[in-house]
Amino acid sequence: MGEEVKLFRTWSSPFALRIVWALRIKGIEYETIFEDISNKSPSLLQYNPVHRKVPVLLHNGRPIAESLVILEYIDETWKQAPLLPVDPHERAMARFWAKFGDDKILGSIWSVFIKQGKEQEEAMVPAMENLKFLEGELKGKKFFGGETIGFVDLALGWLANLIGLLEEIVGLKVVDGEKLPLLSAWMQDFGDAPIIKDNWPARDGMILKFQALRDATIAAASK
Amino acid sequence: MAEEEVKLFGTWGSPFSRRIEVALKLKGVQYEYIEEDLTNKSPALLNYNPVNKQIPVLVHNGKPVAESFVIMEYIDETWKHNPILPADPYERAMARFWAKYIDEKFWPAAKKTVVAKGEEQKGAIDEIQQQMKNLEGELKEKKFFGGESLGFLDIAANIIIWLVVAQEALGMDQILNEEKLPVLHGWLHRLLDDAVFKECVPPKERHLDFFKVKFGSSIASK
Repeated sequence: MGEEVKLFRTWSSPFALRIVWALRIKGIEYETIFEDISNKSPSLLQYNPVHRKVPVLLHNGRPIAESLVILEYIDETWKQAPLLPVDPHERAMARFWAKFGDDKILGSIWSVFIKQGKEQEEAMVPAMENLKFLEGELKGKKFFGGETIGFVDLALGWLANLIGLLEEIVGLKVVDGEKLPLLSAWMQDFGDAPIIKDNWPARDGMILKFQALRDATIAAASK
Repeated sequence: MAEEEVKLFGTWGSPFSRRIEVALKLKGVQYEYIEEDLTNKSPALLNYNPVNKQIPVLVHNGKPVAESFVIMEYIDETWKHNPILPADPYERAMARFWAKYIDEKFWPAAKKTVVAKGEEQKGAIDEIQQQMKNLEGELKEKKFFGGESLGFLDIAANIIIWLVVAQEALGMDQILNEEKLPVLHGWLHRLLDDAVFKECVPPKERHLDFFKVKFGSSIASK
């Protein structure tokens, strides 16, 4: 049966990366369409008129947007290499932590990197509290998914790349191997896993992008 | 069959815990309801949801689940009769997409329409109107978002009722009116008429009073 799978993404979007990883883990053939956010294609606007964002997955002509919604769709459509566990309570926990990542971790980490001095110290408090919850969730496990990479690993995977980059830009260690040993180890293990390692966006480009973003944010805040 | 122990921690006025009540009732699941005082959270709640410390929390045979959509999916996967989500993966994706839209876009904008003033309020009203038009596009000719019977997205969209009651409490013109949003207007009345759903909205007078007290000082000038 002819399956047509297309992924609209940008070179750097961490949300789109989740979909790249999922498709690769399941061995699904797909076509990539790279978008320029400053000049969105008519196709993207047609397929995601509500948010006009990437990623968008197109499967046999039908579009799906929102990365966690896309991950669930992929898991339900292609049943090999399941991303979510079988047990309903474990599935609920996976969904909970993925949402926690997007609702709390993302924002609190970004706050640390765009603030300075005393404000940065204060921003560290909720960021560390949130990271400690993740640390607790890794107890006895190599990945959030257990022995193998799963839904939560893909949802939080951006941490494994972006944190190191931001730490370098700002000169501040946030995921300390002593304070967060399991999370540190996970970042290493996840980042080094074959499919993941092959698909990180270009490091130099990322440093430039986030340096610029940080500078612009700080400049805007000080006006 | 082993005895099931199901508890729901919620508040009478929260649309999020009311969603869970609808889901449990649609499936005929017996549960114990615990009303929380959010200014004085119980040790049990803090124990079951240490991360967010919020309601709703469902506790099933001692195991807690938090976050309303996560709980709804759990309920659907645990008690498989009267499904809340459709069977087809694409339709499931659409239900999840629009439910997320309601919580992430509609809910903040709805709050703004009630709390903001002047130009900011007008902007929020325009935004909400567009959002509800988008939802109409998803509903189309169907009786409910879930089709012939209530589904995941109908339950998620219960927040619309909170907006309607708040606007009534504050003497504001209804954004969701039959003229501008006929499709959604029809749906709302079918929802409020549904035997199960109507048991799971806050008592009207108490709800109106709640909004008058909470937002009364920010009544918009017409």
